[in-house]
Amino acid sequence: MEERISLAHGDGGELANQLIKELFIEAFGHREEAKLDAAILSLKAEKIAISTDSFVVHPIFFPGGNIGKLAVTGTVNDLAVSGAVPLYLTVGFIIEEGLSIYELREIVNSIAAEAKKAQVKIIAGDTKVVEKGKAEGVYINTTGLGVINRQQLHPETITVGDSVIISGTIGDHAIAILSARGELGIQTDLESDCASLNLMIQNVLQSTEHVKIMRDPTRGGLATSLVEISEDFNVTIELEETSLPIKEQVDGVCQILGYEPIYLANEGKVIFIVDSKDEQLVLSILQQHPLGKNARVIGKVKENTKSGLLMRTALGSTRRLDRLTGILLPRIC
Amino acid sequence: MQKVLTEASNPELARKIIKQIQKLSLTYKEKNGRIPALMEVCGSHTMALARTGIKRILHEDVRLISGPGCPVCVTDQKSIDSMIELAKQKNRIVCTFGDMMRVPGSKGSLTKAKSEGSDIRVVYSPTDAVQIAKQNPTKEVIFLGIGFETTIPVLLAAIQMAEQEKVANFSMWLNTKLIEPILTYLLDTGEVNIDGFILPGHVSMIIGEESYQFLIEQYKIPGVISGFEAVEMLSSIYKLLKMLIKEEAFIENDYRSVVSYSGNLIAKKMMSTYLQPIDEAWRGIGVIKNSGLRFKDHYQHFDAKKKFNIEVAEPVKTKCRCGEIIRGLILPEECSLFGTACTPIKPIGPCMVSSEGTCAAHYTYLREVN
Repeated sequence: MEERISLAHGDGGELANQLIKELFIEAFGHREEAKLDAAILSLKAEKIAISTDSFVVHPIFFPGGNIGKLAVTGTVNDLAVSGAVPLYLTVGFIIEEGLSIYELREIVNSIAAEAKKAQVKIIAGDTKVVEKGKAEGVYINTTGLGVINRQQLHPETITVGDSVIISGTIGDHAIAILSARGELGIQTDLESDCASLNLMIQNVLQSTEHVKIMRDPTRGGLATSLVEISEDFNVTIELEETSLPIKEQVDGVCQILGYEPIYLANEGKVIFIVDSKDEQLVLSILQQHPLGKNARVIGKVKENTKSGLLMRTALGSTRRLDRLTGILLPRIC
Repeated sequence: MQKVLTEASNPELARKIIKQIQKLSLTYKEKNGRIPALMEVCGSHTMALARTGIKRILHEDVRLISGPGCPVCVTDQKSIDSMIELAKQKNRIVCTFGDMMRVPGSKGSLTKAKSEGSDIRVVYSPTDAVQIAKQNPTKEVIFLGIGFETTIPVLLAAIQMAEQEKVANFSMWLNTKLIEPILTYLLDTGEVNIDGFILPGHVSMIIGEESYQFLIEQYKIPGVISGFEAVEMLSSIYKLLKMLIKEEAFIENDYRSVVSYSGNLIAKKMMSTYLQPIDEAWRGIGVIKNSGLRFKDHYQHFDAKKKFNIEVAEPVKTKCRCGEIIRGLILPEECSLFGTACTPIKPIGPCMVSSEGTCAAHYTYLREVN
């Protein structure tokens, strides 16, 4: 096999065929599905959930993962927090000419490994190659399909007193990526938290009927996700600043660069809003799972005249939080 | 280091100091018939006081006036327009700190110019811009040098690097500002009543405690150099109130782990080697004598203002009241644009976009919760 990807790998000819057979089918094990132009499935379900996401992370390899792993976990988590059991994924690659086949193989193997871990099957794929400089390494799109056999989430029943739980520390992914980019002049040994959350979420949903809503706080962070919930369902959520689980390194980098951890992206965390009577139950189920050991109650749904997200600071005052505005930028001094 | 930071933001300790401040404020009020008015000079203090909730908690006890220490906010409109125009010209790479990107000019911003094809890059250190110049020898690379004394040595480190490595295609558009002239201006005009200053920790690291003696000698106004954690800022407010009640005026260094009496002598030497004072225009204020810096003649090949002839029209006037906000005359909420026409997403003035701007602090942290 060639050492680097060339335009010929995407032209549908011999090299493309070689790449598909020797790399993709080998890793994904979907030889039968690949014989037709479309994967054909039989599904028995009350409802079907579909989600799609494109991944353009830079650098493509980072501490704790790579773009391939992220492309699986991102879509699996979107399905899982919607209350679905993820079953199938399709994967589309846009590859920059010149990408080393060794790197591509690493990425493809990560996709296969993460899919196996999350118990989802990759059933269709596509590869395009663009000229050098027209993309950065590789971009990946994944579309996921899941089933819902019993709708358990009832966000319309969110009420005053409900508890807000986060499954672990916030901001790890964003800071790991930022330091991996090498532009900050700051080195950390932080790893991205990217992980498939569906099995942990299934543990929770099997134990309680009282989860009202779930969200995975990716871009825009915890605050943006909670602002969306508060607006969509016309409720007030109050966070306790002192309860937020934040790693010391994340906190330290934020202090230096002027970021707020509540606005930093996560790729392996889930927010639950649950009836307060099941708060401790959900917490203990999460804490028994390796991905949820730092789970905490971080706030409550409150009575207020105006809906939105509030935060009680460590000193006891309250402030209103908005969505993240603009890109995250460092301060001058 | 983390332990020091944790202690400095210890909420229990902070709450104890808040109670003490409230007591002192009552004593002051009994004596003077009003609450004390303190100015936090630095934009980072404005942000930290708002974010931690100190401004909200103490609003009936101490009038905390935001001062002119946000470097982006005090840059006058014509300079902002010139920088955007500079970036639009061909064969240029303009490098900047992130804060400048969304600052609104008369016609668009650097972000808009970038989306229209100008090569504008956000860097974390000015020396990164020198590296970019070395990698792009056929292009002119210009760094937008905005900042107070804290930032100036960092800018000069890039100049020193370009000088040593003979990088001829690198230059800097300097719009630096100095703290002493603006404080003198505010006190001389007497537009706003200031009983004491919460002095900027980072600037003081460079200029040293000694640079504020003029506040005592000429104006008899006390100042405390403060850190940025809740406990540090509260401690400084407490010390100022103590002095005011005793009718004493000193400069106290409450940030000794970072600030020395004479400041950073190497940085000061660098500044006097490369730069000399110049009259500088401040947004909403006008020109203040010797309040900025320019390259000395020997180093004028690094001066982007000399190297490139940028001409812009007189700026378009808006209803933005940044000028009055910077001088502490009004609160952001008193500007008719605040929170409606002017928000962080669609800023009209730099105070709303800068991460140290007073309007941004009020919008982000101090809006009503009910």
